[in-house]
Amino acid sequence: MQLVLEKRAERSNTIALVSPLIAIGLTIVTMVVLFAILGKNPLLALHAYFIAPLTDGYSLQEIAVKATPLVMIAIGLSLCYLANAWNIGAEGQFLIGAVAGSWIAVKTQGTDAGAWVLPAMLVLAAAAGALYALIPAICKVRFGASEILTSLMLVYVADLFLDYLVRGPWRDPHGFNFPTTAEFDPVATVPLLIEGGRLHLGSIIALLVVAAAAILLGRTIKGFEIRVVGAAPRAARFGGFNANQLIVLTFAISGALAGLAGIIEVSGPVGHLQPGISPGYGFTAIIVAFLGRLNPLGILIASLFLALTFIGGEQAQIAMKIPLDVTKVFQGILLFYVLACDSLILYRFKLVFSNRQVSRGAG
Amino acid sequence: MLDPTPDGQHSDKSPLLRTIGLSKRYGDFLANDCIDIDIWPREIHALLGENGAGKSTLVKAIYGLIQPSAGEIHWQGERIVLSGPSEARRRGIGMVFQHFSLFDNLTVAENVALGLDGKESFKDMSARLEQVSKTYGLPLDPRREVWQLSVGERQRIEIVRALMQDPKFLILDEPTAVLTPQEADQLFIVLERLKAEGRAILYISHKLEEVKRLCDTATILRGGKKVETCNPRRETAGSLARMMVGGEVKEVKAVSGRKTTVPRLVVNDLSLAPAEAHGVRLEHISFELKGGEILGIAGVAGNGQDELFAALSGERLAKDPGTVVIEGIAAGHLSITQRRKLGAAFVPEERLGHGTAPRMRLSENALLTGHAASGMVHRGFIDTAATLRTVDRATETFDVRKAKRDPEAASLSGGNLQKFIVGREILRNPAVLVVSQPTWGVDAGAAAVIRQALLDLAAAGAAVLVTSQDLDELAEIADRIAVMFHGKLSAPLSASEASREKLGLLMGGSSLEPKEVAHAAGA
Ligand SMILES: Nc1ncnc2c1ncn2[C@@H]1O[C@H](COP(=O)(O)OP(=O)(O)OP(=O)(O)O)[C@@H](O)[C@H]1O
Ligand SMILES: [Mg+2]
Repeated sequence: MQLVLEKRAERSNTIALVSPLIAIGLTIVTMVVLFAILGKNPLLALHAYFIAPLTDGYSLQEIAVKATPLVMIAIGLSLCYLANAWNIGAEGQFLIGAVAGSWIAVKTQGTDAGAWVLPAMLVLAAAAGALYALIPAICKVRFGASEILTSLMLVYVADLFLDYLVRGPWRDPHGFNFPTTAEFDPVATVPLLIEGGRLHLGSIIALLVVAAAAILLGRTIKGFEIRVVGAAPRAARFGGFNANQLIVLTFAISGALAGLAGIIEVSGPVGHLQPGISPGYGFTAIIVAFLGRLNPLGILIASLFLALTFIGGEQAQIAMKIPLDVTKVFQGILLFYVLACDSLILYRFKLVFSNRQVSRGAG
Repeated sequence: MLDPTPDGQHSDKSPLLRTIGLSKRYGDFLANDCIDIDIWPREIHALLGENGAGKSTLVKAIYGLIQPSAGEIHWQGERIVLSGPSEARRRGIGMVFQHFSLFDNLTVAENVALGLDGKESFKDMSARLEQVSKTYGLPLDPRREVWQLSVGERQRIEIVRALMQDPKFLILDEPTAVLTPQEADQLFIVLERLKAEGRAILYISHKLEEVKRLCDTATILRGGKKVETCNPRRETAGSLARMMVGGEVKEVKAVSGRKTTVPRLVVNDLSLAPAEAHGVRLEHISFELKGGEILGIAGVAGNGQDELFAALSGERLAKDPGTVVIEGIAAGHLSITQRRKLGAAFVPEERLGHGTAPRMRLSENALLTGHAASGMVHRGFIDTAATLRTVDRATETFDVRKAKRDPEAASLSGGNLQKFIVGREILRNPAVLVVSQPTWGVDAGAAAVIRQALLDLAAAGAAVLVTSQDLDELAEIADRIAVMFHGKLSAPLSASEASREKLGLLMGGSSLEPKEVAHAAGA
């Protein structure tokens, strides 16, 4: 007796919707085992992770704040992944965007520069993120270099560059030698939505990005090109769509969105540039993109869920002394299950009562 | 028990394979509806029907590839439920698919080894392979790599692989669709021999003449139901076609008084190095195609037809713009989209993955080639209604049968997808149509519709270039026929001069007598 994968005739839309839920379920089961091994009460741990953050207004706002960069990055990544372009370096594009935008904030510090500062920061950050993402894209298109490796390696370059700036030229002279810039001026800060709260304008921008992506993919010819190039490359060529051009385009968009997310994070919730502005948003967004089925609405929901794990992880650390890294373990396991469950959309499990099977295409 | 075959002279007591009320349901759609069929040993049994009649579905159920929704399969008198193809093979059911599953860069022996279930050593297997291929007169060198082989030789691998399991019952799904007439004749000798050995064969084909020649029994499906089991030798091709269609089949009529106009597609001394390691180099190809004219390109597959298609469509660009001229404009350097805007349209040979994105809907596949010039896109936004209208028009004009209005391309039966692809291009009213294997795997009725559409298109003034392996098809519609061999194109012969013998010689690589070529060129 053997379990085999059998190709489905048509992709199953029910499974496409249910598969992320199965993945989450399996992840939670695995986490329960893990908590038990760590000697923590699994039920209490799950409560701390998934229930407690939903019970007070502050945490709810915090979830939206954490989800904001995740959505923006993941939407960009989903465009890349749909076009079969593998941008793994969104974390680096996020940091470069943060640095580029901060440059304006640092240079206008203490001057009477007006309301143009914040928009200029956003634009510059997006442009810098896009340019940074174009490096691996162009290496791919021109020289055939693996964009997976190059985009990933550029993350470390960006990380160290930021480190250098805040320890050297941009360090706040009154900052007791901490590696950080001075607190940004009000004109260089993303406004809050609720006085005294945490929610900021960035969340609105993220929602606009979701809507724009939904329109791009569902209604425009460019979105169609992106989908065909990934789904059927030869047919795409026959349709007249240029795969290389789309790799460059999707990398640029995704870099711009990551850069934008970076500056919004720095000039919003953080308020100044410093190392460690990202708890790995650029990498978690990869999970968000897949958990959200590379679909804009799905990504919005998935980002809220993963933001919940960030907040839940903090709460679990405070309440139960569960190490913060468990959150990363959780996210890793989740990605693993999401990818595994995805194969069920095109394949189904079948029990076979014989020794071997070679399935072939049919006429 | 009533003997179901008209001849009624089976020595065996019970059929080798019997299906009772076999049904297969896809959603609300019944692809097979209560089919009873008996297969006897020592019988070549034809399975006939229009595109989408349910032939492939039925044989896939018999081979264990899909599970029937209802009904029974009896094998040698005993009811069986197949868990999958490997069980079918173990019981003695073999199958040769229309689309081969071979790896180009592996040798013949390696390919066979990959498809066998047994545990014998590679050496024993290779020896047995040589022996089986010799016994049946299916010459194969186990050490050759597949990419070097012709389509006919590739099919031989599939047949030998099936025969090595010593099947009692062999299913062939449209085996001759891709073969040259000579290769088909060789195949028939093998099938006759298998029959003489007492095996049963189920044979799917759209070519009724060859069915009449080869088959003892024919079962005809229409709309998923069995309509008749008869002796094809006592029928005419016309009466078989009527049973398949349930009415009269249209004759293809060339519109008389077709006038040729200006040259619309001109190729000047086109040479092109192959893009892939195993490709064919195009050498000094030249021809001129006027409006109102149909030029046929004959030749055994793999002699550069794919490369020529890529060069004409713009999937590959030529260095010199002047080598391909569309509507008087040098287009060798233009992309496929720009060529479409000049009024050209293209139908590639491969339906799934080239002509269509298999997992996308028909409306999206209409957009795939229609986005440049058909008003489906306004300011970058897709007009979904317009794409659906194209699907509906193609469905209506070319009688595309499908389970719902806008299904995924991959769920259509082969012939119906072909009708959609051809329809999608013809509905754009192209000035130049380049089409490869227009009726590949399409039933007689639908083939007539497609050929008629090509003739009508030419009559309306378009230039049509048809690449086909089917000489009868070319004879039916082409005004002139040229032959492709080793990347070179012969001078076109006028259809009246292009006898089978002459074309056969050219397809085999021998050139005609010099005076004949001169004569043909002057025609
Ligand atoms: N997986 C599927 N889902 C939905 N409908 C299907 C599926 N497979 C086949 N069909 C439908 O069942 C019908 C029969 O298909 P089948 O492939 O058996 O036709 P066929 O007789 O082999 O035709 P052809 O001569 O074109 O190969 C078609 O209308 C097709 O659209
Ligand atoms: Mg079929």
